[in-house]
Amino acid sequence: MLADQFEPGTFVDAFRFMGHNAGFLLQKSGEHLELSLTALGIALLLSLPLGLWLGHRHRGLFFAVSVSNVGRALPSLVLIAVGLTIFGVGFWNNTAALVVLAVPPILTNAYFAIDGVDRDVVEAARGMGLGELQVLWRVELPLGLPLVIAGIRIAVIFVIATATIAAIAGGGGLGEIIVDQPSYGLSGVVAASLCVSALAFLAALLLSLLLRQMSRRPGPIP
Amino acid sequence: MTPALASGGGPVIPNFGQGSSCEIHNGWFCTDWVRAHWGDTLQPALVQHVELAAIAVAIGFVLASALAFAGFRFRLLDPPIGFFADFLYTIPSLALFQLLVPLTGLTVTTVEIALVSYTLLILYRNMIEGLRGVPPDALEAARGSGFTRLQTLVHVELPLALPAVIAGLRIATVSTISIATVAAFVIPEGLGRPIFVALEQEVFKTEILTAGGLAVLLALSADAVLVLAQRALTPWSRLERRA
Repeated sequence: MLADQFEPGTFVDAFRFMGHNAGFLLQKSGEHLELSLTALGIALLLSLPLGLWLGHRHRGLFFAVSVSNVGRALPSLVLIAVGLTIFGVGFWNNTAALVVLAVPPILTNAYFAIDGVDRDVVEAARGMGLGELQVLWRVELPLGLPLVIAGIRIAVIFVIATATIAAIAGGGGLGEIIVDQPSYGLSGVVAASLCVSALAFLAALLLSLLLRQMSRRPGPIP
Repeated sequence: MTPALASGGGPVIPNFGQGSSCEIHNGWFCTDWVRAHWGDTLQPALVQHVELAAIAVAIGFVLASALAFAGFRFRLLDPPIGFFADFLYTIPSLALFQLLVPLTGLTVTTVEIALVSYTLLILYRNMIEGLRGVPPDALEAARGSGFTRLQTLVHVELPLALPAVIAGLRIATVSTISIATVAAFVIPEGLGRPIFVALEQEVFKTEILTAGGLAVLLALSADAVLVLAQRALTPWSRLERRA
Protein backbone atom coordinates (compact mmCIF):
# COMPACT_ATOMS: atom_id res chain seq x y z
CA MET A 1 0.00 0.00 0.00
CA LEU A 2 1.09 3.53 -0.66
CA ALA A 3 1.27 4.94 2.81
CA ASP A 4 1.50 2.24 5.41
CA GLN A 5 4.58 3.65 7.04
CA PHE A 6 5.49 6.86 8.79
CA GLU A 7 5.98 9.47 6.06
CA PRO A 8 5.94 12.98 7.45
CA GLY A 9 7.81 14.09 4.32
CA THR A 10 4.47 13.88 2.54
CA PHE A 11 3.56 17.21 4.07
CA VAL A 12 6.53 18.84 2.37
CA ASP A 13 5.40 17.29 -0.91
CA ALA A 14 1.88 18.54 -0.20
CA PHE A 15 3.08 22.13 0.01
CA ARG A 16 5.07 21.61 -3.18
CA PHE A 17 1.85 20.32 -4.80
CA MET A 18 0.07 23.46 -3.63
CA GLY A 19 2.75 25.64 -5.18
CA HIS A 20 2.54 23.84 -8.53
CA ASN A 21 -1.26 23.61 -8.65
CA ALA A 22 -2.36 26.81 -6.94
CA GLY A 23 -4.81 27.72 -9.69
CA PHE A 24 -6.37 24.27 -9.74
CA LEU A 25 -6.78 24.17 -5.95
CA LEU A 26 -8.29 27.64 -6.02
CA GLN A 27 -10.80 26.55 -8.65
CA LYS A 28 -11.73 23.47 -6.58
CA SER A 29 -12.06 25.63 -3.47
CA GLY A 30 -14.41 27.84 -5.46
CA GLU A 31 -16.57 24.84 -6.39
CA HIS A 32 -16.50 23.74 -2.77
CA LEU A 33 -17.70 27.13 -1.59
CA GLU A 34 -20.37 27.31 -4.27
CA LEU A 35 -21.87 23.98 -3.23
CA SER A 36 -21.60 24.82 0.48
CA LEU A 37 -23.09 28.28 0.17
CA THR A 38 -26.00 27.16 -2.02
CA ALA A 39 -26.94 24.48 0.50
CA LEU A 40 -26.47 26.85 3.41
CA GLY A 41 -28.60 29.52 1.79
CA ILE A 42 -31.46 27.09 1.17
CA ALA A 43 -31.17 25.68 4.69
CA LEU A 44 -31.26 29.18 6.19
CA LEU A 45 -34.36 30.11 4.18
CA LEU A 46 -36.11 26.92 5.26
CA SER A 47 -35.18 26.71 8.91
CA LEU A 48 -34.48 30.19 10.23
CA PRO A 49 -37.98 31.69 9.86
CA LEU A 50 -39.59 28.47 11.17
CA GLY A 51 -37.25 28.22 14.17
CA LEU A 52 -37.65 31.90 15.04
CA TRP A 53 -41.44 31.79 14.76
CA LEU A 54 -41.80 28.57 16.79
CA GLY A 55 -39.54 30.06 19.44
CA HIS A 56 -41.59 33.24 19.46
CA ARG A 57 -44.81 31.29 19.97
CA HIS A 58 -43.09 28.96 22.51
CA ARG A 59 -44.50 26.04 20.57
CA GLY A 60 -43.00 22.89 19.09
CA LEU A 61 -40.43 22.08 21.78
CA PHE A 62 -40.79 18.39 20.98
CA PHE A 63 -40.40 19.13 17.25
CA ALA A 64 -37.25 21.20 17.76
CA VAL A 65 -35.64 18.60 20.02
CA SER A 66 -36.55 15.71 17.70
CA VAL A 67 -35.23 17.47 14.62
CA SER A 68 -31.93 18.05 16.35
CA ASN A 69 -31.68 14.47 17.69
CA VAL A 70 -32.60 12.79 14.42
CA GLY A 71 -30.43 15.20 12.43
CA ARG A 72 -27.39 14.27 14.46
CA ALA A 73 -28.04 10.56 14.02
CA LEU A 74 -28.07 10.84 10.21
CA PRO A 75 -24.53 10.15 9.00
CA SER A 76 -23.51 12.52 6.21
CA LEU A 77 -22.14 9.64 4.14
CA VAL A 78 -25.48 7.84 4.39
CA LEU A 79 -27.35 10.99 3.34
CA ILE A 80 -25.17 11.40 0.28
CA ALA A 81 -25.36 7.73 -0.65
CA VAL A 82 -29.13 7.63 -0.23
CA GLY A 83 -29.39 10.89 -2.19
CA LEU A 84 -27.49 9.16 -4.97
CA THR A 85 -30.05 6.37 -5.12
CA ILE A 86 -32.86 8.93 -5.43
CA PHE A 87 -31.46 11.78 -7.53
CA GLY A 88 -28.53 10.14 -9.25
CA VAL A 89 -25.16 11.83 -9.68
CA GLY A 90 -25.09 15.61 -9.68
CA PHE A 91 -25.18 18.97 -8.01
CA TRP A 92 -28.71 18.71 -6.61
CA ASN A 93 -28.24 15.35 -4.94
CA ASN A 94 -25.42 16.83 -2.91
CA THR A 95 -27.18 20.11 -2.29
CA ALA A 96 -30.22 18.23 -0.94
CA ALA A 97 -28.06 16.10 1.37
CA LEU A 98 -26.22 19.16 2.66
CA VAL A 99 -29.48 21.04 3.26
CA VAL A 100 -30.85 18.13 5.33
CA LEU A 101 -27.65 18.26 7.36
CA ALA A 102 -27.65 22.02 7.89
CA VAL A 103 -31.30 22.43 8.89
CA PRO A 104 -31.26 20.81 12.39
CA PRO A 105 -28.59 22.96 14.10
CA ILE A 106 -29.97 26.19 12.60
CA LEU A 107 -33.60 25.39 13.44
CA THR A 108 -32.99 24.09 16.95
CA ASN A 109 -30.68 26.91 17.96
CA ALA A 110 -33.02 29.55 16.54
CA TYR A 111 -35.87 27.98 18.49
CA PHE A 112 -34.03 27.88 21.81
CA ALA A 113 -32.51 31.33 21.27
CA ILE A 114 -35.92 33.00 20.95
CA ASP A 115 -37.72 30.69 23.39
CA GLY A 116 -35.16 31.55 26.07
CA VAL A 117 -35.46 35.33 25.85
CA ASP A 118 -36.56 36.86 29.18
CA ARG A 119 -40.38 36.87 29.17
CA ASP A 120 -40.52 40.12 31.18
CA VAL A 121 -38.61 41.93 28.46
CA VAL A 122 -40.97 40.58 25.82
CA GLU A 123 -44.03 41.58 27.86
CA ALA A 124 -42.58 45.06 28.35
CA ALA A 125 -42.14 45.39 24.59
CA ARG A 126 -45.74 44.30 24.03
CA GLY A 127 -46.85 46.82 26.66
CA MET A 128 -45.12 49.55 24.69
CA GLY A 129 -47.39 48.70 21.79
CA LEU A 130 -45.06 46.66 19.56
CA GLY A 131 -46.72 44.16 17.22
CA GLU A 132 -45.79 40.49 17.25
CA LEU A 133 -43.40 40.76 14.31
CA GLN A 134 -41.83 43.86 15.80
CA VAL A 135 -41.36 42.07 19.12
CA LEU A 136 -39.63 39.23 17.31
CA TRP A 137 -37.52 41.44 15.05
CA ARG A 138 -36.57 44.26 17.42
CA VAL A 139 -36.47 42.57 20.83
CA GLU A 140 -36.18 38.80 20.72
CA LEU A 141 -33.88 38.45 17.71
CA PRO A 142 -31.23 40.90 18.94
CA LEU A 143 -31.23 39.24 22.38
CA GLY A 144 -31.10 35.71 21.01
CA LEU A 145 -28.69 36.48 18.18
CA PRO A 146 -25.56 34.91 19.72
CA LEU A 147 -27.27 31.52 20.01
CA VAL A 148 -28.76 31.83 16.50
CA ILE A 149 -25.30 32.51 15.06
CA ALA A 150 -23.81 29.65 17.09
CA GLY A 151 -26.27 27.33 15.31
CA ILE A 152 -25.35 28.73 11.92
CA ARG A 153 -21.68 28.23 12.78
CA ILE A 154 -22.24 24.54 13.51
CA ALA A 155 -24.17 24.20 10.24
CA VAL A 156 -21.32 25.86 8.30
CA ILE A 157 -18.78 23.44 9.77
CA PHE A 158 -21.04 20.46 8.95
CA VAL A 159 -21.69 21.64 5.41
CA ILE A 160 -18.07 22.34 4.49
CA ALA A 161 -17.03 18.98 5.96
CA THR A 162 -19.75 17.08 4.14
CA ALA A 163 -19.25 18.88 0.85
CA THR A 164 -15.90 17.05 0.89
CA ILE A 165 -17.64 13.69 1.11
CA ALA A 166 -20.02 14.83 -1.65
CA ALA A 167 -17.20 14.20 -4.11
CA ILE A 168 -18.06 10.49 -4.13
CA ALA A 169 -21.35 11.55 -5.73
CA GLY A 170 -19.76 13.77 -8.35
CA GLY A 171 -20.05 16.91 -6.25
CA GLY A 172 -16.74 18.34 -7.40
CA GLY A 173 -14.91 20.61 -4.99
CA LEU A 174 -11.84 19.78 -2.95
CA GLY A 175 -13.22 16.35 -2.06
CA GLU A 176 -12.74 15.34 -5.67
CA ILE A 177 -8.99 15.49 -5.11
CA ILE A 178 -9.18 13.84 -1.69
CA VAL A 179 -11.05 10.74 -2.92
CA ASP A 180 -8.89 10.37 -6.03
CA GLN A 181 -5.52 9.33 -4.70
CA PRO A 182 -4.60 7.35 -7.85
CA SER A 183 -4.65 10.57 -9.92
CA TYR A 184 -3.24 13.12 -7.51
CA GLY A 185 -1.04 11.03 -5.22
CA LEU A 186 -0.94 11.21 -1.47
CA SER A 187 0.68 14.66 -1.62
CA GLY A 188 -2.27 15.98 -3.63
CA VAL A 189 -4.72 14.37 -1.22
CA VAL A 190 -2.95 15.90 1.76
CA ALA A 191 -2.75 19.29 0.03
CA ALA A 192 -6.49 19.28 -0.67
CA SER A 193 -7.16 18.16 2.91
CA LEU A 194 -5.15 21.10 4.19
CA CYS A 195 -7.10 23.45 1.89
CA VAL A 196 -10.49 22.20 3.03
CA SER A 197 -9.42 22.37 6.69
CA ALA A 198 -8.30 25.96 6.17
CA LEU A 199 -11.60 26.75 4.47
CA ALA A 200 -13.64 25.32 7.37
CA PHE A 201 -11.43 27.00 9.93
CA LEU A 202 -11.68 30.41 8.26
CA ALA A 203 -15.47 30.16 7.98
CA ALA A 204 -15.76 29.15 11.63
CA LEU A 205 -13.41 31.91 12.68
CA LEU A 206 -15.38 34.50 10.73
CA LEU A 207 -18.61 33.49 12.45
CA SER A 208 -16.88 33.41 15.86
CA LEU A 209 -15.73 36.99 15.34
CA LEU A 210 -19.23 37.99 14.27
CA LEU A 211 -20.58 36.24 17.37
CA ARG A 212 -18.20 38.14 19.62
CA GLN A 213 -19.14 41.39 17.96
CA MET A 214 -22.82 40.63 18.52
CA SER A 215 -22.53 39.64 22.15
CA ARG A 216 -20.47 42.73 22.90
CA ARG A 217 -23.12 45.06 21.55
CA PRO A 218 -26.52 44.02 22.79
CA GLY A 219 -29.50 46.07 21.78
CA PRO A 220 -31.71 46.51 18.79
CA ILE A 221 -30.35 46.28 15.27
CA PRO A 222 -30.83 49.59 13.49
CA MET B 1 -10.90 5.53 -5.02
CA THR B 2 -8.41 4.97 -2.24
CA PRO B 3 -6.15 1.95 -2.25
CA ALA B 4 -7.87 0.69 0.90
CA LEU B 5 -10.99 0.16 -1.13
CA ALA B 6 -9.33 -1.24 -4.21
CA SER B 7 -7.33 -3.80 -2.28
CA GLY B 8 -10.05 -4.82 0.14
CA GLY B 9 -11.07 -8.43 -0.25
CA GLY B 10 -14.37 -9.62 1.10
CA PRO B 11 -17.49 -10.72 -0.64
CA VAL B 12 -18.19 -8.96 -3.90
CA ILE B 13 -21.84 -7.99 -3.91
CA PRO B 14 -24.22 -7.75 -5.55
CA ASN B 15 -23.61 -10.37 -8.14
CA PHE B 16 -25.71 -9.03 -10.99
CA GLY B 17 -25.09 -12.21 -12.96
CA GLN B 18 -26.83 -14.68 -10.67
CA GLY B 19 -28.82 -12.74 -8.10
CA SER B 20 -32.56 -12.69 -7.75
CA SER B 21 -34.57 -10.56 -10.16
CA CYS B 22 -34.79 -7.88 -7.48
CA GLU B 23 -30.98 -7.72 -7.29
CA ILE B 24 -30.57 -7.75 -11.05
CA HIS B 25 -32.95 -4.82 -11.43
CA ASN B 26 -31.40 -3.02 -8.47
CA GLY B 27 -34.70 -2.78 -6.58
CA TRP B 28 -35.13 -0.45 -3.63
CA PHE B 29 -35.04 -3.15 -1.01
CA CYS B 30 -34.28 -6.79 -1.73
CA THR B 31 -35.06 -8.77 1.42
CA ASP B 32 -33.47 -11.89 -0.06
CA TRP B 33 -30.18 -10.04 -0.46
CA VAL B 34 -30.27 -8.76 3.11
CA ARG B 35 -31.01 -12.25 4.40
CA ALA B 36 -28.22 -13.78 2.29
CA HIS B 37 -25.59 -11.22 3.27
CA TRP B 38 -26.48 -10.42 6.86
CA GLY B 39 -23.93 -12.92 8.16
CA ASP B 40 -21.00 -12.17 5.83
CA THR B 41 -21.39 -8.41 5.31
CA LEU B 42 -23.83 -6.51 7.47
CA GLN B 43 -23.37 -8.08 10.87
CA PRO B 44 -19.54 -7.92 10.87
CA ALA B 45 -19.73 -4.29 9.70
CA LEU B 46 -22.16 -3.47 12.49
CA VAL B 47 -19.94 -5.09 15.13
CA GLN B 48 -16.85 -3.27 13.79
CA HIS B 49 -18.80 -0.03 13.82
CA VAL B 50 -19.78 -0.47 17.47
CA GLU B 51 -16.17 -1.24 18.35
CA LEU B 52 -14.78 1.79 16.49
CA ALA B 53 -17.28 4.13 18.14
CA ALA B 54 -17.06 2.62 21.64
CA ILE B 55 -13.26 2.83 21.75
CA ALA B 56 -13.30 6.42 20.48
CA VAL B 57 -15.93 7.59 22.97
CA ALA B 58 -14.18 5.82 25.86
CA ILE B 59 -10.79 7.35 25.08
CA GLY B 60 -12.39 10.72 24.37
CA PHE B 61 -14.23 10.58 27.69
CA VAL B 62 -11.05 9.89 29.68
CA LEU B 63 -9.09 12.61 27.82
CA ALA B 64 -11.87 15.16 28.09
CA SER B 65 -12.30 14.42 31.81
CA ALA B 66 -8.63 15.07 32.44
CA LEU B 67 -8.76 18.27 30.39
CA ALA B 68 -11.96 19.40 32.11
CA PHE B 69 -10.51 18.93 35.59
CA ALA B 70 -7.45 20.89 34.51
CA GLY B 71 -9.53 23.65 32.93
CA PHE B 72 -11.88 23.78 35.92
CA ARG B 73 -9.12 23.88 38.54
CA PHE B 74 -6.87 26.30 36.64
CA ARG B 75 -9.07 28.77 34.84
CA LEU B 76 -6.18 30.03 32.77
CA LEU B 77 -6.00 26.72 30.94
CA ASP B 78 -9.64 26.83 29.87
CA PRO B 79 -9.40 29.20 26.86
CA PRO B 80 -6.46 27.41 25.17
CA ILE B 81 -7.99 23.95 25.72
CA GLY B 82 -11.34 25.17 24.44
CA PHE B 83 -9.74 26.77 21.39
CA PHE B 84 -7.74 23.64 20.60
CA ALA B 85 -10.80 21.37 20.89
CA ASP B 86 -12.78 23.78 18.72
CA PHE B 87 -9.98 23.81 16.14
CA LEU B 88 -9.96 20.00 15.96
CA TYR B 89 -13.75 20.00 15.62
CA THR B 90 -13.68 22.28 12.57
CA ILE B 91 -11.39 19.99 10.53
CA PRO B 92 -13.60 18.04 8.09
CA SER B 93 -13.55 14.32 8.92
CA LEU B 94 -12.46 13.10 5.51
CA ALA B 95 -9.61 15.63 5.49
CA LEU B 96 -8.48 14.72 9.01
CA PHE B 97 -8.39 11.01 8.13
CA GLN B 98 -6.22 11.77 5.10
CA LEU B 99 -3.98 14.19 7.01
CA LEU B 100 -3.22 11.44 9.53
CA VAL B 101 -2.42 8.82 6.88
CA PRO B 102 1.18 10.01 6.30
CA LEU B 103 1.76 9.78 10.06
CA THR B 104 -0.07 6.66 11.18
CA GLY B 105 -0.84 4.89 7.89
CA LEU B 106 -4.05 3.19 6.81
CA THR B 107 -4.69 1.80 10.27
CA VAL B 108 -7.30 1.70 13.00
CA THR B 109 -5.07 4.13 14.93
CA THR B 110 -5.63 6.79 12.26
CA VAL B 111 -9.38 6.34 12.51
CA GLU B 112 -9.43 6.38 16.31
CA ILE B 113 -7.28 9.51 16.56
CA ALA B 114 -9.69 11.34 14.27
CA LEU B 115 -12.82 10.04 16.01
CA VAL B 116 -11.46 10.90 19.47
CA SER B 117 -10.61 14.43 18.27
CA TYR B 118 -14.24 15.06 17.40
CA THR B 119 -15.54 13.93 20.80
CA LEU B 120 -13.28 16.29 22.77
CA LEU B 121 -15.02 19.60 22.10
CA ILE B 122 -18.52 18.61 23.12
CA LEU B 123 -17.43 16.45 26.09
CA TYR B 124 -15.04 19.10 27.42
CA ARG B 125 -17.51 21.96 27.04
CA ASN B 126 -20.32 20.09 28.76
CA MET B 127 -18.11 18.89 31.62
CA ILE B 128 -16.83 22.41 32.30
CA GLU B 129 -20.33 23.90 32.07
CA GLY B 130 -21.65 21.17 34.37
CA LEU B 131 -18.97 21.77 37.00
CA ARG B 132 -19.36 25.54 36.82
CA GLY B 133 -23.13 25.30 37.02
CA VAL B 134 -23.05 23.82 40.52
CA PRO B 135 -25.01 26.28 42.72
CA PRO B 136 -22.87 28.23 45.20
CA ASP B 137 -25.32 27.27 47.97
CA ALA B 138 -24.47 23.60 47.52
CA LEU B 139 -20.76 24.36 47.72
CA GLU B 140 -21.31 26.52 50.79
CA ALA B 141 -23.31 23.75 52.44
CA ALA B 142 -20.55 21.24 51.66
CA ARG B 143 -17.95 23.53 53.19
CA GLY B 144 -20.16 24.04 56.24
CA SER B 145 -20.47 20.28 56.68
CA GLY B 146 -16.69 20.05 56.85
CA PHE B 147 -16.16 18.39 53.44
CA THR B 148 -12.62 18.44 52.11
CA ARG B 149 -11.96 19.66 48.59
CA LEU B 150 -11.88 16.12 47.23
CA GLN B 151 -15.05 15.14 49.10
CA THR B 152 -16.83 18.20 47.73
CA LEU B 153 -15.79 17.22 44.21
CA VAL B 154 -16.85 13.58 44.53
CA HIS B 155 -20.03 13.98 46.58
CA VAL B 156 -21.34 17.37 45.47
CA GLU B 157 -19.86 18.74 42.27
CA LEU B 158 -19.68 15.56 40.19
CA PRO B 159 -23.24 14.35 40.91
CA LEU B 160 -24.64 17.80 40.16
CA ALA B 161 -22.63 18.05 36.94
CA LEU B 162 -23.77 14.60 35.81
CA PRO B 163 -26.79 15.65 33.69
CA ALA B 164 -24.63 18.05 31.65
CA VAL B 165 -21.90 15.41 31.31
CA ILE B 166 -24.34 12.79 30.06
CA ALA B 167 -25.93 15.31 27.68
CA GLY B 168 -22.46 15.81 26.21
CA LEU B 169 -21.86 12.07 26.11
CA ARG B 170 -25.09 11.59 24.15
CA ILE B 171 -24.11 14.11 21.48
CA ALA B 172 -20.54 12.78 21.31
CA THR B 173 -21.69 9.17 20.97
CA VAL B 174 -24.24 9.88 18.27
CA SER B 175 -21.81 12.03 16.26
CA THR B 176 -19.04 9.46 16.59
CA ILE B 177 -21.31 6.70 15.26
CA SER B 178 -22.20 9.01 12.40
CA ILE B 179 -18.63 10.04 11.55
CA ALA B 180 -17.34 6.46 11.86
CA THR B 181 -19.06 5.66 8.55
CA VAL B 182 -16.45 7.87 6.84
CA ALA B 183 -13.70 5.69 8.35
CA ALA B 184 -14.26 3.23 5.50
CA PHE B 185 -12.24 5.63 3.33
CA VAL B 186 -9.17 4.63 5.32
CA ILE B 187 -9.80 1.09 6.58
CA PRO B 188 -12.27 -1.50 5.26
CA GLU B 189 -14.27 -1.56 8.49
CA GLY B 190 -17.56 -0.33 9.86
CA LEU B 191 -20.91 0.34 8.24
CA GLY B 192 -19.36 2.77 5.79
CA ARG B 193 -17.65 -0.17 4.10
CA PRO B 194 -20.76 -1.80 2.58
CA ILE B 195 -21.93 1.67 1.52
CA PHE B 196 -18.70 2.30 -0.41
CA VAL B 197 -18.85 -1.16 -1.95
CA ALA B 198 -22.43 -0.52 -3.06
CA LEU B 199 -21.50 2.90 -4.49
CA GLU B 200 -18.79 1.30 -6.58
CA GLN B 201 -21.23 -1.31 -7.88
CA GLU B 202 -23.62 0.84 -9.84
CA VAL B 203 -25.15 2.28 -6.66
CA PHE B 204 -26.71 -0.92 -5.32
CA LYS B 205 -29.68 0.53 -3.44
CA THR B 206 -30.50 -2.29 -1.04
CA GLU B 207 -27.02 -2.33 0.44
CA ILE B 208 -26.89 1.46 0.84
CA LEU B 209 -30.29 1.62 2.50
CA THR B 210 -29.66 -1.33 4.84
CA ALA B 211 -26.19 -0.25 5.97
CA GLY B 212 -27.31 3.38 6.26
CA GLY B 213 -30.43 2.37 8.16
CA LEU B 214 -28.34 0.27 10.53
CA ALA B 215 -26.05 3.24 11.21
CA VAL B 216 -29.01 5.50 12.01
CA LEU B 217 -30.65 2.83 14.19
CA LEU B 218 -27.38 2.25 16.03
CA ALA B 219 -27.04 5.97 16.76
CA LEU B 220 -30.63 6.30 17.96
CA SER B 221 -30.37 3.18 20.17
CA ALA B 222 -27.12 4.40 21.73
CA ASP B 223 -28.84 7.71 22.44
CA ALA B 224 -31.79 5.94 24.06
CA VAL B 225 -29.50 3.82 26.24
CA LEU B 226 -27.74 6.94 27.49
CA VAL B 227 -31.06 8.63 28.28
CA LEU B 228 -32.04 5.60 30.37
CA ALA B 229 -28.61 5.66 32.04
CA GLN B 230 -29.10 9.28 32.98
CA ARG B 231 -32.51 8.54 34.52
CA ALA B 232 -31.01 5.71 36.56
CA LEU B 233 -28.00 7.76 37.69
CA THR B 234 -29.83 10.97 38.60
CA PRO B 235 -33.08 9.93 40.28
CA TRP B 236 -33.33 13.35 41.97
CA SER B 237 -33.83 15.18 38.68
CA ARG B 238 -37.17 13.37 38.22
CA LEU B 239 -38.23 14.21 41.78
CA GLU B 240 -37.59 17.89 41.12
CA ARG B 241 -39.69 17.85 38.00
CA ARG B 242 -42.60 16.26 39.84
CA ALA B 243 -42.38 18.69 42.74
